Amino acid sequence: MKKLLALAVILTLVVALVPATTQAQDKVTLTIESWRNDDIAFWNDVLIPAFNAHYPDIEVIFAPAAPTEYNAALNAKLEGGTAGDLITCRPFDLSLEHFNNGYLVSLNDLPGMEHFGPVARSAWITDDGSDVFCVPMASVIHGFIYNQSIFEELGLEEPATEPEFLELLDAIKADGTYAPLSMGTVDLWEAATMGYQNIGPNYWKGEEGRLGLIDGTIGYDENGFVEAFEALARWTPYLPDGYQAISYPDSQNLFTLGMAAIFPAGSWEIGVFRGQDPDFEMGAFKPPVPEGADTCYISDHVDIAMGVNAASQHQEEAMLFMEWMTTQEFAELYSNALPGFFTLSDHAITLEDPLAQEFLSWRDECESTIRSSYQILSRGEPNNETQLWEVSAQVLNGELTPQEAADIVQSGLEAWYEPQQQ
Amino acid sequence: MTSANSARRRKPFPVHILVFLAPAFIIYTLFMIYPLLDSLRLSLYAPDVNRQEVFVGLDNYERLMTNDLWQPRIEGAIKNNLVFFAIHMLVQNPIGLMLAALLSSQFIRGRAIYRTLIFTPTVLSVVLVGFIWRMILSPLWGISTDFLDLFGLAAYDKPWLGLEETALPTLSLISVWQWVGIPMMLFLAALISIPDELIEAARVDGATAWGVFWRIRFRLIMPTVGIVGVLTFVGNFNAFDLIYTTQKATAGPNYSTDILGTFFYRTFFGVQLQPGNPTMGATVAGVMFLIILAGVLLYMFGWQRRMLQVEF
Repeated sequence: MKKLLALAVILTLVVALVPATTQAQDKVTLTIESWRNDDIAFWNDVLIPAFNAHYPDIEVIFAPAAPTEYNAALNAKLEGGTAGDLITCRPFDLSLEHFNNGYLVSLNDLPGMEHFGPVARSAWITDDGSDVFCVPMASVIHGFIYNQSIFEELGLEEPATEPEFLELLDAIKADGTYAPLSMGTVDLWEAATMGYQNIGPNYWKGEEGRLGLIDGTIGYDENGFVEAFEALARWTPYLPDGYQAISYPDSQNLFTLGMAAIFPAGSWEIGVFRGQDPDFEMGAFKPPVPEGADTCYISDHVDIAMGVNAASQHQEEAMLFMEWMTTQEFAELYSNALPGFFTLSDHAITLEDPLAQEFLSWRDECESTIRSSYQILSRGEPNNETQLWEVSAQVLNGELTPQEAADIVQSGLEAWYEPQQQ
Repeated sequence: MTSANSARRRKPFPVHILVFLAPAFIIYTLFMIYPLLDSLRLSLYAPDVNRQEVFVGLDNYERLMTNDLWQPRIEGAIKNNLVFFAIHMLVQNPIGLMLAALLSSQFIRGRAIYRTLIFTPTVLSVVLVGFIWRMILSPLWGISTDFLDLFGLAAYDKPWLGLEETALPTLSLISVWQWVGIPMMLFLAALISIPDELIEAARVDGATAWGVFWRIRFRLIMPTVGIVGVLTFVGNFNAFDLIYTTQKATAGPNYSTDILGTFFYRTFFGVQLQPGNPTMGATVAGVMFLIILAGVLLYMFGWQRRMLQVEF
């Protein structure tokens, strides 16, 4: 009932706004739907002026909604035909559904689309790969952020392989002053997202393993996917005391207060940590590879994109905007304004934030992949991603062995996903 | 005279009663009865391949009770809910009664202050209470370790909210801490309404203080005991907010704090990548409704009816 009421209010507001946007005759106005209300100043002060420098006759309005309301509000607007011209795309199924319902146009022929590789496109493409419908904007990269002064104090160096990593953790633990790894399991998702999906690609060989899951040629209970759980289980002794009840904000504070040495991270933390303490000295190293491996893999997870509303009156102008979004200029502006969110295009860009630059540099050294459970595999019940949260946390808590965890996830997937049933 | 009488008799239908009943009736029907019935109706439907909702009878209930995915969750939620309820009944209500008995005694000074202090947590937002207790019990910043250290028990400190064995009892006790003021107030109101003559008469007959409490006062507040019991039952089986604020919708660790409310929330609205499933959510809500209905009926026919004879 509450939801209906909220929808009704939103719809009334939208209807009230429509005449205002159609009145401007000489100047074409494009409205952007987005959930990134944190970025409104950056859009208005940087991106839109930069776009208008090329196309002064197109007025662009950035009209974000609250992140938690975005999905429902956008669905209602699209159904009612009142949504803006440009739609910020959530990754995977939500946007795919919009495309399948005819709300988004295909961008296969958009000039500039060639700058985006298959991993970048994977979140905004039909299951058979025939249509891409959003221009990828940014991804987040997983890795480890460490406290530089602690590393200097204890004379530590960035590890490259897993044995080095464990040695390093042992050294910090032996010193006893700091918690080696800043992470808790009570919120579940950290264990999966910053743990399993962070180090995992090195074990299941990135895209090879991920696509194997989708094809049904490999399971969670085999090879790399089990090894990743085993590697995760080795973290347990290095987590802070009482980690079973430590939440995500707790672990962030533990790290920025200098009580823990290493934070298993996603690159979005850069902005968060810089915001908490601009002078805090941090370094980063990529997920350590298993001993003997010669290729490294990173989770370069697609997060945000932009598409064109099929019902828009200004298709031509919207396409011009899309085309501009594929340029080097946009890539550089966007990635610099939001350190930790990296452009998905193949343009060579330089970032002012050294830590963000460090994360970005891994793309040249390693193979990129996305989180294993996000494409296609999280459509059924039980949800693959949710199961990974649960079992990863239990592996760290010592409640499940790596093999048991792998078996649970695999049987959950087999319960509904046909390619895995054979 | 006669014409006036017949005029009065010809106006038998009291329209004003309908007018007075109408607001409550309309609002209650619109916002309580209709949504309840519609939710029960929804639980009999399921989306087909084209995502159209089609009538499936009791299939959803069967799936909930027998399917390997759903059955452990509903069973776990009901079990946890029973534990949650049992802790409230065994801890909250006896403590409430004890506090009420103390506060109704004339020999304790500052009764109004105690009453206010003990009642204060009930008016706090659950979000706030959850947050405060999460902080108190936090292994990093919390004071629970230091507090136990005062008694030399620091070694017994645990990440209370993070272990499967301790999380649910801990949360139940937090809830007890917050809500103990309600049964206390109800018991207190009942205790002070007992006529003094009865107690004086008992004293004259040689009853001890315990005898007076147990044989006279407790027997006379039995209707309130029943009301407190049923309020606790309904409140506990509808509970959601405390678990949601402290443990999030996933009710961790490993569903050890999952009660019907959080299970319903996850099913209906979804969580993270798990999309919501309104029809199964309505089914869970249907089960909650049936459990609460059964409890309330039990109270009404098993307890309240007998109680009527005891009232003075």
